[in-house]
Formats: sequence, C-alpha cells, structure tokens
Amino acid sequence: MSTPTSRLQASRLTVGYGGAPVVRDLDLAIPDGQVTTVIGPNGCGKSTMLRTMARLLTPSSGTVVLDGEPITSIPTREIATRLALLPQSPIAPDGLLVRDLVGRGRHPHQRWFRQWSREDERIVAAALEMTDVADLADRPLDQLSGGQRQRAWIAMTLAQDTDLMLLDEPTTFLDLAHQVEVLDLVARLNRERGRTVALVLHDLNLAARYSDLIVVMKDGVIVERGTPAEVFTTTMLRSVFGLEADILADPRTGLPIVVPTSCAGSVPQSLTTGGTVPGSPSTAAAS
Amino acid sequence: MASTTLSAPLRLGAASWLVPLRAVGATSVGFGVLCVLAVLDLALGDFEIPVADVLRTLAGGGDAGQQFIVMELRLPQTLVAVLVGAALGLAGALTQTFARNPLASPDILGVTEGAAVGAVAAIVMSGASGYGGGLVSGSLASMGVPVAAFLGGLLTATVLYVLSWRRGIDDRRLILIGIGLSASLAAVTSWLLVRARIEDAASAQVWLNGSLNARGWEHATPLMWTLAVLVPVSLLLVRHLNALQLGDDAARALGVRLQTTQLLVLVAAVGLASVAVAAVGPLAFVAFVVPQIALRLTGGSRPPMLASMVFGGCLVVGADLVTRVLLPFAIPAGLVTSAIGAPYLIWLLVRTNRKASA
Repeated sequence: MSTPTSRLQASRLTVGYGGAPVVRDLDLAIPDGQVTTVIGPNGCGKSTMLRTMARLLTPSSGTVVLDGEPITSIPTREIATRLALLPQSPIAPDGLLVRDLVGRGRHPHQRWFRQWSREDERIVAAALEMTDVADLADRPLDQLSGGQRQRAWIAMTLAQDTDLMLLDEPTTFLDLAHQVEVLDLVARLNRERGRTVALVLHDLNLAARYSDLIVVMKDGVIVERGTPAEVFTTTMLRSVFGLEADILADPRTGLPIVVPTSCAGSVPQSLTTGGTVPGSPSTAAAS
Repeated sequence: MASTTLSAPLRLGAASWLVPLRAVGATSVGFGVLCVLAVLDLALGDFEIPVADVLRTLAGGGDAGQQFIVMELRLPQTLVAVLVGAALGLAGALTQTFARNPLASPDILGVTEGAAVGAVAAIVMSGASGYGGGLVSGSLASMGVPVAAFLGGLLTATVLYVLSWRRGIDDRRLILIGIGLSASLAAVTSWLLVRARIEDAASAQVWLNGSLNARGWEHATPLMWTLAVLVPVSLLLVRHLNALQLGDDAARALGVRLQTTQLLVLVAAVGLASVAVAAVGPLAFVAFVVPQIALRLTGGSRPPMLASMVFGGCLVVGADLVTRVLLPFAIPAGLVTSAIGAPYLIWLLVRTNRKASA
C-alpha cells in the first residue's frame, strides 16, 4: 500500500493509569480519507489509544501530532473543530430530544452570543439527514431503538463538522442488523463525504468488511497492520485472539471471513480430536 | 418527558440563540406569580395595606407610615426572600446538572450544612460566649456571619470534591460522601450549640431553622452583590453544562475544558448557597426541590437556570407569606420548605428505585 498522508499521528506513545502502561511505545498514523479499524482482545489498550489520540488522556511519554502540531499545544476548543470523538458510553439525560443532542455537536463552533447561527442550523439538519434520523428529530433519545440511538450519537459527532472522526466501539451492545446499519453509515461518511474515520470494533468479520486499514493490538502494542486481506491470517488469530479459525473469502467481495473452529487453549486436545465440541465457546470468543 | 419542546431561533445581526418556547412561557408565568406573591407579601401582615397603596408606595408615593412599613420593614424582608429563593434555586440547578443527578443539591451534599457550621461558629463567637467570647464584635460580626458561612461552604465543597474525585466525579460517590459529610457537620453544629451560652445558642437555633423574620437591608445587600456576579457567570456556563451532561469524555471531545468548567460551576453554586444560608439560615430543600419542579414545568433535559431562580423566589416568598400571614403562630420559614421538600425527596427516591429495578 502506498503511504497516504496523515493528519493525526501518534509517535512512541506510552499511556498508563498510574500502574503498568496500558499502551506501550506505540506508533500509528491514521491515513487521511480512509476507514481505519483497531481490533484486539479485551483490555489490549484499543480504547486507551483512541482516547489518547483525542487528547482525553495524557500520555506518560510520546506525542500525538495533529496537523503537524503536538496536540497538547492546541487549545481544547480548536482541537474539537478538527477532530471529533464518540466515546464508548456517552450519557443522554432523560428527555433529551434527538434534535437537541445533535445540536450539542455544534458546541466548539459556538460562543455565548452565537449559539444558533444559520450555519449551525444547516449543518445539524444535514447531519440528521445523513444519518437517517431526521424523522426522529423531535423524539426523545430514550424512546429510540439501540441502532437509531447510535445513529443519533453519530449525527452529533457529525455536526461537529470535522474531517477526522474517532468512534470508540460504536457497535457494542447492538444486534447484528443494527451493527451493519451503523457501519454502512460509517462507509457512506467516508465515501461520500471524504471523512477520515478511525474506530474500535470487536466483530472481526465486520472489521474486515468495512475497513481500508486494520490495526491489530495486543498487550498495548500494535502487532499487525495492513489491509484486511494482509492482516487476517490463521496465525494472527491464534497468536492475538487465541482463536483457532478458518479464513474463507467472501464470495461477493473477496474479503476475508473468519470462521472460528475452537478457542485455542480453552479446549483440551483430547476433546478437539473427537470432532465437534459441545458447548464450544468459539462463537462467543469471536463476538 | 413531554416531547413537545419546540424552540425558535432568535437572531440579531451576528448574534444568535435558540429559544426554548415552553421554558420561556413557564418562566414568564412563574415571574408573574412571583410578582403577585411579592406584592402580597408587602401588603399583608399585622398591619394590612391595600395592594394599590403598596404599588403607589413602591413608586415613591404613599404616606409616611406606609413608606416606613413597606420600604423599611417589609421590602427588605421580601427582597431577601426573593433573592434567597433565586440563589438557592440556581445553586441547585447548577449542582444537579454538574453531577447529572437530582439528589446532588447543596443541601443534600452538605454544602449548606458546612455554611451553617461557619455561621453558627461566627454567631457563637461574636456573642461574648463561653469560649472565643468577644473575639469578634461589632460590624465585623455582621460581616463575619456571611463570610464565615461562605468559607464553611467552600471548605466543605473542597473536601467533598477531593474525597470523591477518582479520575472524574461519579455522581453516586459524590452523593454518598456528601451525605456523610453533612451528618458529620451537623454534629459539629450541635457541639457548638451545646458549648455556647444559652442566649447565643437560642439565637443560633432560630437562625438554623431558616428564619425570614426581621431581615433588613444589611441582609439583602450581600445577596444582591453575589447574584449580580454569579448569575451572569452561571448563564455563561450553561452552554458548557449542556455538553457536560453527555459525560466527561463527550464534553471534552466537544472542546469543553472540563476541570475549569467544573471548578467554576462548583464555586458559583457554593457562593450562591452560602450567601443564601448566611442571610436566612439553611432553608431546607429549596435548592433540592425547585430545580426539579422547574425542570418538569419547562420540559427540557436539564434543570433550567432562570426558571429555577424564579420558582425558587416563588417558593421562599410563599413560605414567608404562609408563616407570617396564614398560620396563627409564627414558625420559621425553613419548616414550611421542609414540609414541602421532605415528601418530595421520598417520592423521588421511591421513583428512582422503581426505575432502577424495572
């Protein structure tokens, strides 16, 4: 792959919460105009890395560079006009309307005397439209389905009007149809609006299907990076996820599909030789 | 919550706001009610003055007797009631939004109790009491009570913040620590009262029940100054509070300077609550109940600031009217606000529990 430009880069990043570092000496450049997905087992430091790149966490060493400047030297509000992050579990107060939520995405562009300009109105309307929640705009967020709610949150992030969007596990707690719904939206934002998107996902097949670049993390370091076809190998799945799996090609797209056979280490050898394993945890490990 | 919250843009040149119509309506009605209550408060009492005369006197007319009763005796007391209600309502709206929890009001969190300890200490010490007697006296004493209350409130809030900060403020931890702190501070107040001379203890006790009786201009002035500074600060913070409601991470991703905003909110809330407490004593439950009632009336997603001030004023002036006019015997206004607030607290707790277990 040719090396594209990158507005957001991490170099030699080490982050910890006081104890042992969660992310160690990590280098990453988010390629402009692409969808980058970070995958890895629970607790590997994916979210920590993403949050540090959005300067929600301060690294103990190393730097995050945004548009060629260290992110720590850019004023907080200025960053928010260039880089949006949807956190893992944002809070919606009771009774908050979808329209109001999306409007709050305009915060970094507003001042106390300029809280609802025509531009704000236009961008919020466009964000509602783009994410297909315009019909729901006057409904409270807590009355929506999980997928609709997540689309509303993405609309809020979109209203921030940044070219760079970081989404921390935007599909967690959604059923498969809603996960696809959210990722289709991500793909459209990338393709039609040229947004650079970096996200953390758990579902390997969806990651393979929707990403230009896959970054694989384990124990706070990046162990693999490349296109889905390059990264998804039986060796990688075994060493990173402890997962025994076959890799097939999607007959429509040719992209890799992970079919778990068993979970390495959790099933004794004597059982795996006996054919099918009752109650095999393999499906759970892949989700 | 009602999903009928419509809003209209208001644009003047480059300036623009989004005006929530229902909140504006509710606040305007509240303001009308407040004006009526305030005029009644000025008119009624041991010596009744017709409403028309009250209005004439306020405009500068009326005879000397009416001038004296309205302008010197009743106006400061009514004004104190309005301002205390506004200050407590706003303080509660700020802390409840800040902690994203309706239980997080200055009275539940112990800030009011801390201010009370400061004020009682000042009263007891300035009263030529058994200990520290004569240490504080004269004009220093009258200045001392509000200042001591503010310091007590601020110190409590600082301790509360430090104890409940673990990489962010968790609302449940904040409230539990606040309740504990409140209980400890109540013990300190009791200890001060037990140690004080009987007459000082008595005057402190009346004050502790939240009394609006015999409030003069010297009580109204510090309130006016504090509100003049802290109301604009609070209104400027509203935008950031809206972002803060979505969680710490989301707020920071939206460009909110988290620590600065939280500090300003806390200082503003403590300032408002402490000055109110210093003026009339800890009027129980006003800061707790009013923002939630205002929220239900305005139909937004967070306790509204202006509406909380207006309805706070209504509640306290109403309590003053009840204690002075309706009841055949004088009781402190704090007992009236408690009588309204305590059942509401129980209702809120029961409802929250049902919601959690549903």
